[in-house]
Amino acid sequence: MRFLRRFLERLGNFASRRRADQRLREEMEDHLALQTEENLRAGMPRAEARRQALLKFGAVQTIRESHHGEQSLPFAESLLQDLRYAFRQLANSPGFASIAILTVALGIGATTAIYSVVDATLLHPLPYPHPDQLVRIQDDLPGAGARDVGLSVQEWWDLQNSGIFQYLSIQGGGSVNLTGASQPARIYFKPVSPNYFAVLGAKPQFGRLFDPQDRTPGFTLEVVISDGLWKRAFGADPNILGRSLRLDNDTYRVIGVMPPGFRDQGRTSEERNTELWAAVGFAGDPLPPPQRNVRLRLEATARLAPGLTIAAAQSRLDALVASLQKQYPADYPLQSAWTVRLVPLSESVVGNVRQPLVLLLGAVALVLLIGCVNVANLQLARASARGREMAVRQALGAARSRLVRQLLTESLLLSMLGGIAGIALLFCLKGTLLSIVPDSLPRLNDISISWGVLLFALGVSVLAGTIFGLAPAFHASLADPCQMLRQEGRGSKGSAAQTRTRSALVVSEFALSLVLMIAAGLLLRSFWNLYKERLGFDPSNVITVQTWLPVPNDPKTDIYGTAAQESTLLREILRRGKSLPGVEEVAVGDLAALPLGHGHNDLNPFPLIREGHETQGKEPPIVDASVVSPEYFHLLGMTLLRGRLFSDSDVDTTPSVAVINEAMARTYWPNEDPMGKHFKLRPANPTWTTVVGIVANARSESLEQANVPQIYLNAYQRTAKDLAIFLRGRLDPATIPEQVREQVQSVDRELPVFGARMLPDVVSGALSQRRFAMDAVLLFALTALLLAGLGIYGTISFVVGERTREIGVRIALGAQRKSILGMVMRKGLTLAIAGALVGFVAALIVSHLMAGLLYNISPSDPLTFLGLTLVLTAVALAACYIPARRAMRVNPIVALRYE
Amino acid sequence: MGEKSDVRQGTLALMVLKTLDVLGPQHGYGIARRIEQISGDLLEVNQGTLYPLLLKLEHEGSISSERGASENNRKARFYRLTAAGRRQLRAETRGWEQTAAIMARFFEVKAEDLP
Repeated sequence: MRFLRRFLERLGNFASRRRADQRLREEMEDHLALQTEENLRAGMPRAEARRQALLKFGAVQTIRESHHGEQSLPFAESLLQDLRYAFRQLANSPGFASIAILTVALGIGATTAIYSVVDATLLHPLPYPHPDQLVRIQDDLPGAGARDVGLSVQEWWDLQNSGIFQYLSIQGGGSVNLTGASQPARIYFKPVSPNYFAVLGAKPQFGRLFDPQDRTPGFTLEVVISDGLWKRAFGADPNILGRSLRLDNDTYRVIGVMPPGFRDQGRTSEERNTELWAAVGFAGDPLPPPQRNVRLRLEATARLAPGLTIAAAQSRLDALVASLQKQYPADYPLQSAWTVRLVPLSESVVGNVRQPLVLLLGAVALVLLIGCVNVANLQLARASARGREMAVRQALGAARSRLVRQLLTESLLLSMLGGIAGIALLFCLKGTLLSIVPDSLPRLNDISISWGVLLFALGVSVLAGTIFGLAPAFHASLADPCQMLRQEGRGSKGSAAQTRTRSALVVSEFALSLVLMIAAGLLLRSFWNLYKERLGFDPSNVITVQTWLPVPNDPKTDIYGTAAQESTLLREILRRGKSLPGVEEVAVGDLAALPLGHGHNDLNPFPLIREGHETQGKEPPIVDASVVSPEYFHLLGMTLLRGRLFSDSDVDTTPSVAVINEAMARTYWPNEDPMGKHFKLRPANPTWTTVVGIVANARSESLEQANVPQIYLNAYQRTAKDLAIFLRGRLDPATIPEQVREQVQSVDRELPVFGARMLPDVVSGALSQRRFAMDAVLLFALTALLLAGLGIYGTISFVVGERTREIGVRIALGAQRKSILGMVMRKGLTLAIAGALVGFVAALIVSHLMAGLLYNISPSDPLTFLGLTLVLTAVALAACYIPARRAMRVNPIVALRYE
Repeated sequence: MGEKSDVRQGTLALMVLKTLDVLGPQHGYGIARRIEQISGDLLEVNQGTLYPLLLKLEHEGSISSERGASENNRKARFYRLTAAGRRQLRAETRGWEQTAAIMARFFEVKAEDLP
């Protein structure tokens, strides 16, 4: 306390010190005058009177200083002094100051921008209390080659009662037709077990959430809605609680509204933007009665019991799994090797964006580092110009530590100004920058310049200032004032040590930029490889629109329950679609048939049971199947290799037929002809489906994978609820969705029509995340190249400037101008090559770390490595050429006289 | 600054307060003269150290000051005791008297007086 009071007092004095000192001086002067007068009166001569007065009084200056030292903050004072001085220094060289501040501003601005994304995405992926307790439960059947197969209801109950978890919830996800609000709408909803919100630890804005102890087997017919849906579809109705709405023709009651900031967890942005939650026990209608070996293919999320680490929970879980396997040997065949894994929820949410983001953060940090090196170089150049000033100050008694502090203060001031400018820049460009970020990024909406981000920017600024302030400060601390002052008469010449440091800085700059350039080059080539890949389908002029047939909980009320019922609707949609202006072809399919446009949840994975391929107790392989109408293949320009496509004569009364792709044929009917082979996708189904045709592979699943096995089933033989309508022709994307909506709703007024997309956009959208990472790294690499070029230019210019006299002498003695040019260029080339060597090795390490982001290119691709090394060397030579020419043109007479 | 000078300053501060108490408002020179007179040669004190002390006392609120004219019509700063200063003086005087009394008793005690 005492210390604090004293400090505050001193702080107060620090602010008012000028006045106090002024008064002290006046008073002392008064006193001396009075004393002198008295001495005079006592008969002393004037000079003696004053001297005696002074003697009696004591040392005026010492008293003032000790008073000052005691009552004020000497550190803060010298800091203030240094700052004032640093400001003056910067103001005196506005060119240097603006370049340095701009460099730092760009570096810090870019770093902070990327960090704000990382902060929201990687560091705080889960906006829930105690996020470290949240896990996703995944179970695999490695023996059957199946991952993430989902829990059965019995397994869920067993795990829930194990005491490992506080709550364990099961949730599905999908979209649903919402009616009973202003417009029929398709919204994303999650059927969840009643304890779902208890797992997340979420609270409603008003109303209540589901009772976590609820044991209703089927749907409880209660829903919770998001704040967004409440405002959009219900006009923020204050009496929303208890109001009923219809989802796929079933009636539910609203019991609660989530707060505006609530975001659901999930892998896709759709899941995270869930707008409606319905509670379901997963053990009754409309779901089959629970059986241990019927897996729900749903996600399981849990909150660990307090104090339990994931590793400890996992080992208890392993023991539980082993005992379950012993207890029910029939349900868990040993070959399939059922295992259950706990994955931190944050990891499962962040998933595949971690690597690109880490890469970006690394890249931007490198740019900042290169910027720092450049500023350090500039500072060094200035330091040698200011060598005389430093030497004089040292000769006058300034302590070295004081000079070092002064230089560091200047650097920190620079970096702080740069940081402030960078943040200001960021605030101005915030909107533009956010629009570049791909939508697929988790927690995109939460990216902001928060206090944490600002703190980060501050830290980075201090760090940057220290980094680029160290070299000049270090040299100042080594400088010998005697030598400096002696040299001064013969023109300034930086010490050899200083030139060495500058060279080392340039070498490191080159190495860093080579790393960035190679990273960017590899990403660029991956992107290009992917871009020029044959898609296997033609997206041009195709627009897709989605609709969804309702799935009531009671199958008896489903008006589209059979293929025959549904095909009437499909034929009507196709007929009406063809009549729209500009439309040349129309087809329908399910969401899985939508190329590249479907998420994980839209796939229809089925066990593939082939006739004649008995699996002998093993789980059958899992394959994806899509449902399409006969026009689908021609509309998308897919090539038939063998057999036939669907025809109009294939209907629900004729034998079930399928078209497969080449990859399917190779994987599941190797060394035999798949044509005419029989298979089924449901073990209980009594009839077999026949393969009638093989089409070429298309990259409809993902651009990266060419040979994903695919089965296409006939839409007139098999029902599908998630429909996509494909239209090809010279279409107007502005009017088509509305026209399609009118046509579809004139068939069935309750069907939602939504999600119109142009297929070319979908294809380029699939590249967006990759393109974002590539664009950003490329931009950083070019910046780095520019900075490195400037760095080597500055250093070589400096060397030439220093050696003007020497060059003059050489020319006067008869040196060829060409050999002077060669001498300077050699110096630059040596630096560039040294940098390239170091960078080459570093780039090899980095490129192997980012191998997961590459496509069809080796991380040590020789062409990229050598080509970019050459580019960098060429830039270095070009940057050296300008000062080298200046050196060549040195006029010996001028050079010698100038000295 | 070391502990020693604080103690000495404390003493000096008490002298300043007492002087102002006895003589009423005074300028710095007057206070210095008075202290010199009373303590005579016994106290070796640099007059200069008085002024930082005056500033400090004023800052702490024990004294206040204002500019006025001195005897021979020079402008000077006059210091006066404030109410707080008077309280402080009383408290410190008592403290000193106690200390002095205790010390005096110790010095009076001779070996034969001890039981």
